[in-house]
Amino acid sequence: MSLLADNVDTTAAPLAASEQPVARTSGSSAARRRLARWWVLVPLAIVLLWALVPSLFTGHDPITGVPADKLLAPSSEHLFGTDHLGRDVFSRVVYGTRQTLLTAGLACLIGSIVGSILGLLAGTAGRFADSAAMRLVDVILAVPAFLIALILVTATEPGPLSLGLGVGIASIAAFARLVRTEVLRVRSRDFVQAALMSGGGYFTVLRRHIIPHVIGPVLSLLAVDLGAAILAISGLGFLGFGSPPPTPEWGLLISEGRQYLSVAWWLTTLPGLVIVAAVMLMATLGRAVNKAFRF
Amino acid sequence: MGGYIAKRVGQALLVIWLAYTAVFIAVQSLPNDPVTIFLNSDSAADPATIAQMKEYYGYDQPVIVQYFSQLLGLLRGDLGYSLSSGSEVSARIGEVAGSTLVLAGSAFVVAVVFAVALTAAASLARGAKLRNLLLNLPPLMVSIPVFWLGLVLLQLLAVQLGVMSLFPDDSFLSLAVPIFVLAVHLSAPIAQVLIKSVQEVNTQPFVDVLRAKGASESWIFYRHTLKNAAPAALSIAGITIGTLLAGSVITETVFARAGLGQLILQSVTVQDIPLVQGLVLLTAVVFTTVNLLVDLIHPKLDPRIITARSGSPRALAA
Repeated sequence: MSLLADNVDTTAAPLAASEQPVARTSGSSAARRRLARWWVLVPLAIVLLWALVPSLFTGHDPITGVPADKLLAPSSEHLFGTDHLGRDVFSRVVYGTRQTLLTAGLACLIGSIVGSILGLLAGTAGRFADSAAMRLVDVILAVPAFLIALILVTATEPGPLSLGLGVGIASIAAFARLVRTEVLRVRSRDFVQAALMSGGGYFTVLRRHIIPHVIGPVLSLLAVDLGAAILAISGLGFLGFGSPPPTPEWGLLISEGRQYLSVAWWLTTLPGLVIVAAVMLMATLGRAVNKAFRF
Repeated sequence: MGGYIAKRVGQALLVIWLAYTAVFIAVQSLPNDPVTIFLNSDSAADPATIAQMKEYYGYDQPVIVQYFSQLLGLLRGDLGYSLSSGSEVSARIGEVAGSTLVLAGSAFVVAVVFAVALTAAASLARGAKLRNLLLNLPPLMVSIPVFWLGLVLLQLLAVQLGVMSLFPDDSFLSLAVPIFVLAVHLSAPIAQVLIKSVQEVNTQPFVDVLRAKGASESWIFYRHTLKNAAPAALSIAGITIGTLLAGSVITETVFARAGLGQLILQSVTVQDIPLVQGLVLLTAVVFTTVNLLVDLIHPKLDPRIITARSGSPRALAA
């Protein structure tokens, strides 16, 4: 378990030109620009609040509708219109946030934790661990993410748990590869060598010198991956592999609206826009994190 | 070079074998055998029928025998029998593969053309505003759910404008629209990699030399930058396969087209495990083959790769 990197090929992970440190402009304008980068947290906080306290944002019930109000076009009373049972679509989107985010969060948690551990092992625990971990990653990559999720859903009950697990397993590969590349990059640095030379143990050096440098890119990928998981989960939800019908879930909402495509455009179009916005916001957050942690 | 090819082919075979083993273990670790799971929803099935079917499909054999007999079948191209139709898995795949190949193949070509056009436009655009707009297009396209784009287009073209039918017929639009939907989804990652790679090539000194010699921006882009940037885009060929497959499943559902995607969906819904197993192995084989080809073509396009000491030539492109 040697971390000494006298034969590590650092050219395998060249510092991209765009990653060169930018000259800092002095004073408050730089600080303001750094702050402005985080604007994305405001809309994301709102989405998070949708998931936590949906009743704060809408007075309509997401499950029981008013039959007299069925298939109403969007108005100030019903922002996203109403569906075939007279349920307010906006409130169904708001209440569906929790289900979608929980499933996507579960997937990201599995992917990032297992993937990071695999990547750390591959990058630090020697040649055998490296090729073993990387072959495992190859196998995960060889089966498209979508199929992994489908297999899990076939083998077990369709539902948020198997959905999150399936999407999570599929995203292990991306985290493992990223962490491995970053670890290889960091461990050839002088400070890691110095820490080892002065008698630092494997876990100490890992914890104090390597992980702090790897955490930034991982967090950045985590944000992007959460967006990707939302997309994958709503896609599988659309196909009918998510929660059963009365539950509001973003993909399921759109698939229900599909039957009324010819009479009510808002049932599919407006919830879809929310998905697009959420995924883009997560990607923007990923870029902001990436910039903030650059060293 | 010979050693490099042998090593890559060996790795590819290893990955396929591991994928087969992983799927086999996954099926074995299910609480029940495939026949019992398949017949579970059928209340008419009595234990005798189940036992008979298990014997017929070979699920009563010891695990180790099943493992090797299925592996042997795989080597001969025999993927076993579908439980829901009784016909061979390979025959069922063959029935619908053509339709999906047309859809996915055309979408791939359109996506590559679109990605190159977008990269060219973004690199050659004059004003910073236009350039930023173009550079923000791929992240937007990545974020659009395939099924949603398909439904919105259906709503617009079939319901509002009435120029296409809600169900597939032989018209031009009923093939072109699904291809477009899939291509938008696919071209985004290709464009992202291509744009990033072009930006990296542009920082190299030879570009400055060309500019100093008076070459026009478009000459530099088409004759030099694009040529140097293109090999990097090959590295995401594998992702492309996965995207095409997942995209086909959803596109075929939205547009009610028959195809591989629909077959996957059906086999999952009726829990026809041998069929799912066969489809997964097929994708793993296709994926690994495409990646192997990429790894073999890559050094031809960029001879520097073969001399690098990294394990995979694509490590350089990443």
